[in-house]
Amino acid sequence: MAEFWNRFKNDRLAMGVSFFLLMVISLAILAPLLAPYDPTAQNIINKFQGPSLTHWFGTDQLGRDVLSRILYGGRITILVSVLTMVVTILIGTVLGVIAGYFRGWVDDVIMRICDIMLSFPSEVLILAIVGILGMGITNIVLATVIAKWAWYVRMIRSIVIAFMDSNYIRFAKVAGCSTWHIVRKHLLVGAIGEIAVLATLDTAAIILNISALSFLGLGVQPPTAEWGMMLNEAKNVMTTNPGQMLAPGMAIFMVVAAFNFLGDSIQVALNPKINKGFSTKRYSLFSALFGRRKKAVTQ
Amino acid sequence: MAKLLEIKDLEKSYLKVGVNFSGSRVKILNGVNLTIEAGTCVGLIGESGSGKSTLARLIMGLEKPDRGSILFEGLPAKQWIKNNKGKMSVVFQDYMASVNPRYTVVEAIAEPLYASGAGKDVDRHIEKLLVKVGLEQAIKNRYPHELSGGQLQRVCIARAIATNPRFIVLDEAISSLDVSVQSQILKLLHQLRVEMNITYLFVAHDLQAVSHLCNKILFLYQGKIVEELQSGELAMAKNQYAKDLLASVIPFEV
Repeated sequence: MAEFWNRFKNDRLAMGVSFFLLMVISLAILAPLLAPYDPTAQNIINKFQGPSLTHWFGTDQLGRDVLSRILYGGRITILVSVLTMVVTILIGTVLGVIAGYFRGWVDDVIMRICDIMLSFPSEVLILAIVGILGMGITNIVLATVIAKWAWYVRMIRSIVIAFMDSNYIRFAKVAGCSTWHIVRKHLLVGAIGEIAVLATLDTAAIILNISALSFLGLGVQPPTAEWGMMLNEAKNVMTTNPGQMLAPGMAIFMVVAAFNFLGDSIQVALNPKINKGFSTKRYSLFSALFGRRKKAVTQ
Repeated sequence: MAKLLEIKDLEKSYLKVGVNFSGSRVKILNGVNLTIEAGTCVGLIGESGSGKSTLARLIMGLEKPDRGSILFEGLPAKQWIKNNKGKMSVVFQDYMASVNPRYTVVEAIAEPLYASGAGKDVDRHIEKLLVKVGLEQAIKNRYPHELSGGQLQRVCIARAIATNPRFIVLDEAISSLDVSVQSQILKLLHQLRVEMNITYLFVAHDLQAVSHLCNKILFLYQGKIVEELQSGELAMAKNQYAKDLLASVIPFEV
């Protein structure tokens, strides 16, 4: 773990992205202290204001302060998406490892249940579940977890199966290592990079998903601020006031991108081969745009 | 001598992967019988695809046979391993894939030690093991990708003998090393066997290496053991496949 941290620390992008995400999260947590206005206070005379000193990000179609709404909206967007991600990945990891490690009938049972879940289109399933349970944030989290877990079980199972074929796990079995030891020391440590990437991509996808549900009126209820809903409200006036989409759009874009880069960096930092310095190249949008990443230190 | 391992009528087949979904199976092992006495070295020879590695994996209890029995002193492999932790071990052909890339040399060697419950003085023990297999102490904290093939295979051997095993499966353990390193490793294996009284199952396709190390040589051909010879009487082979194989070895004179 110390070496992971060492490599992570020397990766400028990783540190930058972590710092950014920490900043966004703390801004969201401290929203009541920082927000200049009440996010739901309307002032219809002041609607569609451009950025100014009194309203940094301008105002929306009801004259509400966009900066305040972004700060408050981050609380819901990030909290809900991270919560959903943690729950889905947890279920996916537990079931995926069980299925991939034990194979046989255990695997068959878990996989057939997954197949049943996967045979429903996930968007329709979410709509159906929210339709049954009613609207609201809790139900959205629940519906997203129910619709997505099977997919992660499949992904993580296939990662685990690839590891199970390696000789060091065969050796560990012959040497009499316990199942728990093999799962913890070989499977989870080996797969955590890929799981981290899945998790961060998942968070990004869930942010978009919640926005879509808010748009359909099934998620966050107005006037509560939420980035996706702000974007969708702005969409209605896209032709007359395109600037309205900028703040929530950028907020979603930057957080989603940050989560993706973070996943990327975790994967790089977890791979000891990078120490050699022969594969420090990172194939990402970021490096394409902003040049090379600092070389990892050799021991 | 006491029998360590007895295999009777062992059969194993795999589902054929193909486009017709017929579910047809490829028979890998078709009635294998063999016994291994404690303290001997048995060589298992056969061409690629003859089922050598499958047999080795079945013996180690990593896969289940379709039919037949594999018994270690009367117990199935998994049970035997449970009762005798660290008493069975294995060295693989692909040394790069047999050590977890996230483990340092010390961690890799310590793994079977902790698994078998020998928790005390692990560091000192590992130092001795490294000396035994002819490695420097300096490599202790290196990762597998920072070692040469020969060094890494020595680490694998050190790991395999760490718990004073009674039985080691050498699954093509020297095949992917270059010739000069091969002979060093062979010498090392021989020396360890004499010192520690280990039973070897030496799976290989290199007849010279096998005849150098083993007391008894088995020829596996099309899923069956077609010939069983003592290492001194290789010329007495009766089976045509074994004869061909023996004849194909390039005579090597110094």
